[in-house]
Amino acid sequence: MSGEAIQTTYREAVRAAIREALDRDERVFLMGEDVGRYGGCYAVTKGLYDDYGPERIRDTPLSECGFTGAGIGAAVGGMRPIVEIMTVNFSLLALDQILNNAATLRHMSGGQLKVPVVIRMATGAGKQLAAQHSHSLEAWYAHVPGLKVAAPATLEDARGMLWTALEDPDPVILFEHVMLYNRTGELAADADAVPLTGAAVRRDGTDVSLITYGGCLFKTLEAAEQLAADDIAAEVIDLRSLRPLDDATIMASVAKTHRAVIIDEGWRSGSLAAEVSARIMEQAFWELDAPVGRVCSAEVPIPYPRHLEHAALPQVPAIVAAAKATLGR
Amino acid sequence: MSQTEPTSGTPQAHKLHLSREHALHLLREMLRIRAFEERCAELYTEEKIRGFLHLYCGEEAVAVGVMQALTPTDAVVATYREHGHALARGLPMDRLMAEMYGKQDGVSRGRGGSMHLFDAERRFYGGSAIVAGGIPLAVGLALADRMQGRDQVTACFFGEGAAAEGAFHESLNLAALWRLPVLFVCENNRYAMGTALERSESETDIARKAACYQIPSAALDGMNVIAIEAAAREAIAEVRAGDGPRFLECRTYRFRAHSMFDAQLYRDKAEVEAWKRKGPILRFRHWLEAAGMLDADTAERLDAEIERELAAAVDFAESSAWEPLEDLSRDVCGCVTRGEA
Repeated sequence: MSGEAIQTTYREAVRAAIREALDRDERVFLMGEDVGRYGGCYAVTKGLYDDYGPERIRDTPLSECGFTGAGIGAAVGGMRPIVEIMTVNFSLLALDQILNNAATLRHMSGGQLKVPVVIRMATGAGKQLAAQHSHSLEAWYAHVPGLKVAAPATLEDARGMLWTALEDPDPVILFEHVMLYNRTGELAADADAVPLTGAAVRRDGTDVSLITYGGCLFKTLEAAEQLAADDIAAEVIDLRSLRPLDDATIMASVAKTHRAVIIDEGWRSGSLAAEVSARIMEQAFWELDAPVGRVCSAEVPIPYPRHLEHAALPQVPAIVAAAKATLGR
Repeated sequence: MSQTEPTSGTPQAHKLHLSREHALHLLREMLRIRAFEERCAELYTEEKIRGFLHLYCGEEAVAVGVMQALTPTDAVVATYREHGHALARGLPMDRLMAEMYGKQDGVSRGRGGSMHLFDAERRFYGGSAIVAGGIPLAVGLALADRMQGRDQVTACFFGEGAAAEGAFHESLNLAALWRLPVLFVCENNRYAMGTALERSESETDIARKAACYQIPSAALDGMNVIAIEAAAREAIAEVRAGDGPRFLECRTYRFRAHSMFDAQLYRDKAEVEAWKRKGPILRFRHWLEAAGMLDADTAERLDAEIERELAAAVDFAESSAWEPLEDLSRDVCGCVTRGEA
């Protein structure tokens, strides 16, 4: 980071990234439900309709399958669409198009077709929106060959991943955690594109590796801070990219700390945490001094009342406890 | 266009200047498809072709008629019953046969097989085995053309079974709302696999469903290649002029089983025979003969030419290589990225 920094929010960083993309490439357009006149259900696209007009900021009918499929078709046809889906739960209505078309067309056509579409969607719980607006289904998408999946957690990634995703020749799914939109912080005024793949070490440590992504990153950093008070140096890894996974960064950290805990807002069964854990067993088993730990969401549909929602999600005390358990403390 | 009852009668009934040369071209295209597919059925029993094989026999007039109205830069989206569309669009028969075998020289490197034929150069976008799954894709291709100011049309083929899917309704609404250059072509062969239209739809008039989305639509005799070509030319001219989508329901019939695993318990043999007597090739051939456009020598020459093309296609497929195992994961993604999937 050089020069001037600005105070901004995650929401504004995503909006600035969309603006930049619209300005840089005339093939870029955005479409989704209420992205235009309404300004976006999480206000990410507020103001864009006035500045770019209805052709490039396209309000769609409530038809996730239809407009996501149209975005995929437009990408095949040479455009660079950004499809916004209100929330990951709604993306299930578009899953056919994402899996059976976007993810398969390149391979199934023998490499003839490419699908450079970017699909952004909100994910995660914390706003008391109950069981049809609050889930974390990133692992389902990360399961699929032909897709790239990323979860920007920081302002830099919110600002920088979109352009890289649009430049990518493959379909990219970007997950924006709903509890991050209001996060404020400093961002370089000249912040630019960042790589889409590769994990980031957000805090150095030597005693235990805390591996996480998206909405859990800041809870994990807070847990690391509490652990430091007890003389435990936790290393925090932000996966950033959920497909492909950056095995090298994970294994380098485990080789240093010999202990790992994975923090994942998805349900434990069949989760990304399960995948990362399995890879550690395959690639770094002999480095381990303790079983790999996991902190995931309780296996319930996310409930509405605040106390139950809070109890269902990974929280700082559970992360601290899991980290200490790997140290026998 | 307005909504009509299916047209019937002889080809003369339609306003299309029909030269002998063009008439013979239409016949030849339908015969090529029929011969290709009948050979595919034989090759299936010989286990040269595996997987699912959905034959188009009886429906050839639809693909051949519509393709006449497209330019090389227009786009085509088809279904898993798309051998006829691929041939009529000009994909080479030898590479299509290699694809049927799963060989490397196939149009999709052998990876798709019968249900997934692609040719980017000819703007042939498959080959989708999800009923109605190609329709949103067609809408998107048309949107890209519109946004880039290209004077191109996307022809989107699907069966009447697709009309029960949400993707059909979402896509028609979107195309009409945004006035996109799509020609929707419903190949109504009356059965969604084994389920008759009357047993699956409350409204069996498919063209009427499209009309509900403010899309000008017509129902056609799907066994009459001339009627289909004439209607497609008119509809595509309107679409190309920027007048929004058009919808053609072509009422046709599948002479053979849904796939090679279908015992056809859901329909009477007499019904199939009655439709065969209205067959698109049979009827057109009779009409050409009556009009003095087709004599025995010409018919024999056509058959011989097609047989030669087909024999060469089978030889090509037989001698083509299998894709090497080390290419298994080639083209899953377009670029190498850091990390491993």
